[in-house]
Amino acid sequence: MAKVTFNSDLCKGCGLCVDACPKKLIVLSKDKLNAKGHSPAEITDQEKCIACAFCATMCPDCVITVEK
Amino acid sequence: MAIVFQKPKALTDAPLHYCPGCTHGIIHRLVAEAIDELGIEGKTVGVAPVGCAVMAYDYFACDMVEAAHGRAPAVATGLKRALPENIVFTYQGDGDLASIGMAETVHAATRGENITIIFVNNAIYGMTGGQMAPTSLPGQVTQTSPYGRDTATAGFPIRVSEMLATLDGPQYIERVAVNNVKNVNKAKKAIKKAFQNQVEGKGFSLIEVVSSCPTNWGMTPSKALQWVEEKMIPYYPLGVYKDRSAEKEGK
Amino acid sequence: MGEKVLMKGNEAIAEAAIRAGCRHYFGYPITPQTELAAYMAKRMPKIGGVFLQAESEVAAINMVYGVAGTGKRVMTSSSSPGVSLKQEGISYIAGADLPALIINVQRGGPGLGGIQPSQSDYFQATKGGGHGDYRLIVLAPSSVQEMADLTAKAFDLSEKYLVPAMLLADGTMGQMMEPVDLSGISEPEKAEKPWAVTGTQCKRKHNIINSLYLVPEQLEQKNFERYERYKVIEENECLYESFMMDDADICVVAFGIAARVSKNAVVAARKEGIKVGLIRPITLWPFPKAPLAQAADKVKGFISVELSMGQMIEDVRLATECKKPVVLCNRTGGMIPTPEQVLESIRNMAKEGK
Repeated sequence: MAKVTFNSDLCKGCGLCVDACPKKLIVLSKDKLNAKGHSPAEITDQEKCIACAFCATMCPDCVITVEK
Repeated sequence: MAIVFQKPKALTDAPLHYCPGCTHGIIHRLVAEAIDELGIEGKTVGVAPVGCAVMAYDYFACDMVEAAHGRAPAVATGLKRALPENIVFTYQGDGDLASIGMAETVHAATRGENITIIFVNNAIYGMTGGQMAPTSLPGQVTQTSPYGRDTATAGFPIRVSEMLATLDGPQYIERVAVNNVKNVNKAKKAIKKAFQNQVEGKGFSLIEVVSSCPTNWGMTPSKALQWVEEKMIPYYPLGVYKDRSAEKEGK
Repeated sequence: MGEKVLMKGNEAIAEAAIRAGCRHYFGYPITPQTELAAYMAKRMPKIGGVFLQAESEVAAINMVYGVAGTGKRVMTSSSSPGVSLKQEGISYIAGADLPALIINVQRGGPGLGGIQPSQSDYFQATKGGGHGDYRLIVLAPSSVQEMADLTAKAFDLSEKYLVPAMLLADGTMGQMMEPVDLSGISEPEKAEKPWAVTGTQCKRKHNIINSLYLVPEQLEQKNFERYERYKVIEENECLYESFMMDDADICVVAFGIAARVSKNAVVAARKEGIKVGLIRPITLWPFPKAPLAQAADKVKGFISVELSMGQMIEDVRLATECKKPVVLCNRTGGMIPTPEQVLESIRNMAKEGK
């Protein structure tokens, strides 16, 4: 059971986590904007997350916390 | 549940001002992770450069000094000579380190100052809006090389790691990149070793981090990392250029 | 009382700095201050201090900036062209409100100029030198004893006000040998420096040594605060020597080597019955305006004696609000006015209006 949390206010919507996820579970939100006006990254299917932390490794803004 | 990944403690809570997808954020984090893992935050003093990372002093939780453009290795020399028991690092870009600060860089290296330098090479001046850097590639279009860097008039890029590795002073020189997970993990290992060397009193360590600048390269963050892979790394090959401890072990 | 020893001015500065607790010296070779660096190179390793010959004056002053940030006593020395190179670092040190001592053993300029004595860096030293709104505390010794005493004083003032200090000497003062008593110079008691970067020990918020303020209101506030401190320095720290001024009709103004020459001329003029005195600024910034303003109400004129094309003369005119004529008696390019030249100037002024 893995859990990935996004501190959405810090997200700049760069999409590097989207590219990094081997399971293609991350998308940039289509309907949300954060306080800075970016479309924040979010996980589509928490269940399928393997806690590899690739997303967090590539995130330049320390947005992502990964737990297992 | 156990935490697999979270923000390191050696970073403050200040949100980074860098552009979306700028890898400065990754490199900051790697430095902070090394500081955390070695347990040296309380005795570390960092030196921020002039350039995009000018406000790094707000992001690192350790004591910080803001240096003039290119002078970070000289400032770090002063700090380390006054505080030999502390850990001193600089964080510099290519314009800062390889252009205006080249003399300070080379001489800190040749003196074998027991400091750690994190050198971020993204082949452009970011803060001032994308001018040609000493590391801009031949043909690279920038604000001040609008027809592409013409080596006949603007010369060739400087390969800092190779150049410094010719000196006897440095302990450890490695070039890494942060364009994918594998390389980020390697970069982390190198940065940690560069700090570890200082803890052990081994002398000058410099890690050149091949990095991206999506904004001034005019690319998406994702495309910029591809460009690192396809254009930057072939010109700036990754690897260890000098490691005196490995030499001693006969490796 | 300690014993007097014969020392060169440059060496007296070095020994005084060490006695005053300075253990960090960074320099780059340049004539005519080389003895200072050589002295430090010899002594520092023996007393656990740091002597480092930097790759340039630019690097040396930035090493000074680094040490200054840790709160430890630190200095550099150079001569005119080298001090020009240091201006960047000096501006940063001033902007970050750090104490440090810069020695300028002046030589003739501009450009590469010459290697003979000069006072033509007066503007550079007292009016800023580098970019931005700032001042240095500038002290001008006129004997080897003062080379030593004012070195120690400069450290103290710099640390008291968190303003970088400069000792503005010249090639003659640097090379001159005189008896000097250093027994009065000692290390001050360690003061708390809560602003210093020495590692947080994870017990406090991080300290930042910085001169960058991107919000203009904040930068303006910083400059206002700094100038409040400068005002206090101007009120409390002016130093000058007044020589035969009580009944003087003519006031000679000179500092450093020019003051020594002028003193001889004043004595000679007195023998001729001319009522002349000398005001010798010891602090060039803060400039001793008050004694000059007072003299302006009594004397018929001022003679500014300088080894330059006339730089301090502007401050004399400002201090006296141009109430009385101020004339220049000068040599430049490494030449020194003779007592006869100064005496002639005094005679000329004495003759006027008779």
